[in-house]
Amino acid sequence: MIHKQDFRKLGPVLWEIPTSYRHDMRVPVRIIADDRILEAALGDKSMLQAVNASTLPGLVSHITVMPDVHQGYGFPIGGVAATRLPHGVISPGGIGYDINCGVRLLSSRISAKAVEPHLDDLANALYANCPSGVGVKGSLRLSVKQLDQICRQGAEWTLKNGYAREEDLERTEGGGCIEGADPAHVSDRAKQRGRPQLGSLGAGNHFIEVDIVEQVFHPEAAQAMGLEEGMIALQIHCGSRGFGHQICSDYVRELQGAVKRYQIQLPDRELVCAPLNSPEGKRYLSAMTCAANYAFANRQVLVHHARRSFEQTLAGKVSDWELHQVYDIAHNIGKIEEHVVDGEKVRVCVHRKGATRAFGPGFEELPDEYRELGQPVLVPGSMATSSWVLLGTEDSMALSFGSTCHGAGRTMSRKRAKRTVRGDQLRERMESKGIHVRARSMPGLAEEAPQAYKDVDAVIEVVVRAGIAKKVARLRPLAVVKG
Amino acid sequence: MKEPYFEEIEHTADQALRVRGIDFKELLHNAALGMLQLTGAIPRSGPSQDRKIEVQAPDREGLLVTWLEELLFSMETRGVTYTKFELHITGDTHLVAKVQETPIAAITRYIKAVTYHDLEIEKTEDGLETTVVFDV
Repeated sequence: MIHKQDFRKLGPVLWEIPTSYRHDMRVPVRIIADDRILEAALGDKSMLQAVNASTLPGLVSHITVMPDVHQGYGFPIGGVAATRLPHGVISPGGIGYDINCGVRLLSSRISAKAVEPHLDDLANALYANCPSGVGVKGSLRLSVKQLDQICRQGAEWTLKNGYAREEDLERTEGGGCIEGADPAHVSDRAKQRGRPQLGSLGAGNHFIEVDIVEQVFHPEAAQAMGLEEGMIALQIHCGSRGFGHQICSDYVRELQGAVKRYQIQLPDRELVCAPLNSPEGKRYLSAMTCAANYAFANRQVLVHHARRSFEQTLAGKVSDWELHQVYDIAHNIGKIEEHVVDGEKVRVCVHRKGATRAFGPGFEELPDEYRELGQPVLVPGSMATSSWVLLGTEDSMALSFGSTCHGAGRTMSRKRAKRTVRGDQLRERMESKGIHVRARSMPGLAEEAPQAYKDVDAVIEVVVRAGIAKKVARLRPLAVVKG
Repeated sequence: MKEPYFEEIEHTADQALRVRGIDFKELLHNAALGMLQLTGAIPRSGPSQDRKIEVQAPDREGLLVTWLEELLFSMETRGVTYTKFELHITGDTHLVAKVQETPIAAITRYIKAVTYHDLEIEKTEDGLETTVVFDV
């Protein structure tokens, strides 16, 4: 059990568990939190999981835990860990089963007032066109060859096949394609699961949401992103579906043997890993990249369906029904990046498990309109509460390997949420607030009730105080299609 | 006949199941039933089909994960659930199961994966016990 007195306070919202806490820690664990969030984090196994993660070979500097932290499996959700190349390890459990689960935001020139009479129809169209729910398939039936192309090309494949615009890819993390993918390292089982699922939302906490831009905090950035108060925006939250889940499962199983071969001692088998320069580590990195690219393509096909839904519903009723990409960002991923550690530039594998890349101004990969501002960061809240658009900062590079939070963070188990909230009553409450809800399962809706999550606004205040993000705009939901 | 023992326990983000069995075979059986209950899968009425499933792993915990993963894989790719299991284990690392498969009529929960998180099969006075965490 970890107690508050085990932490050293390093700053107003920065705390550290030093390596002296447990003999097998290789680096300290730092959490970005105020008193309330820290105390809440001590209520489950999150911080113990972060301490366990700090034992991985090749870690540099420190593990960072975000204020939206909650208990996961292996790593905590909201954890960032960087391992040094070439000998440091890569851990599938530090990335998660839903590889490149992420968020996409699109802006519009449609006022909330103008869309209000059509919101019900719009929610119906999104629900009908964007397949959601347990075990759902997408509208495409990919051949193995096409799937392999998607593994290598990511969102580029969707551009070639009519599901994307150039601007979409320019405004996607890594251009929607990470180098190094090799589908030969992906099992037939993963391909079998991935082939029918492209362009589907899935279930769980995945969603499509129509929002109103409620308040702008950074007019210059908001303008560059096309976000204007009173206009609507669209968020999509999903990942690599069964394709990514199977790849992670395959490698968590395979690496159980690798840790023995490389004599790596771990406190939890879910943390299995392999050196980045080992054959097993290289194979996993390459397969994980396939899933990351699949997820970029998946969200892009969903955008295509969303644009179709907007056209079906709003053409002729509003003057401009177009959706323009703001950004697309991963929050479960391992990326090879260059960071400064102890004054030296080093190449590291940054594991972001429930954490978002948040690079500051001057980052070359960003399109011209964002380069001097910093990278857009998308932080969805829970259903019926705010979501946030932020900007990455220079300070995040030193504090958190260029990362920030990814959401509100759960506080209540799904079991307790279902005991506390009834799905049909929650839907009624949301509808009475003017939020249109489409969901296949009422117990599933109850599990995602706002009461089951932290206050996202409080989480945002902490990351802003810590200096790892800046506020751009707050969004409020108008229609939710729940996976 | 004794009721199979499995119980959903608190986990902030995912789902966890405590499972008990008088021996390893019963533990695997009960874990499968518990996981099916978590998914809320309802079999369609009508004919079912017998199928043989064979899995192996280097140790007991690995066999438990591989077995449950095998069931999840068929549930997703072939849309079936299970109404009967008959298990045969050799040396704790090899399982042959005769299962009765039925198409799924409805399902409420998608399980992404079976994890190894803190997975340990422990001896108790009455047999064996473990806690499995599922990513959902």
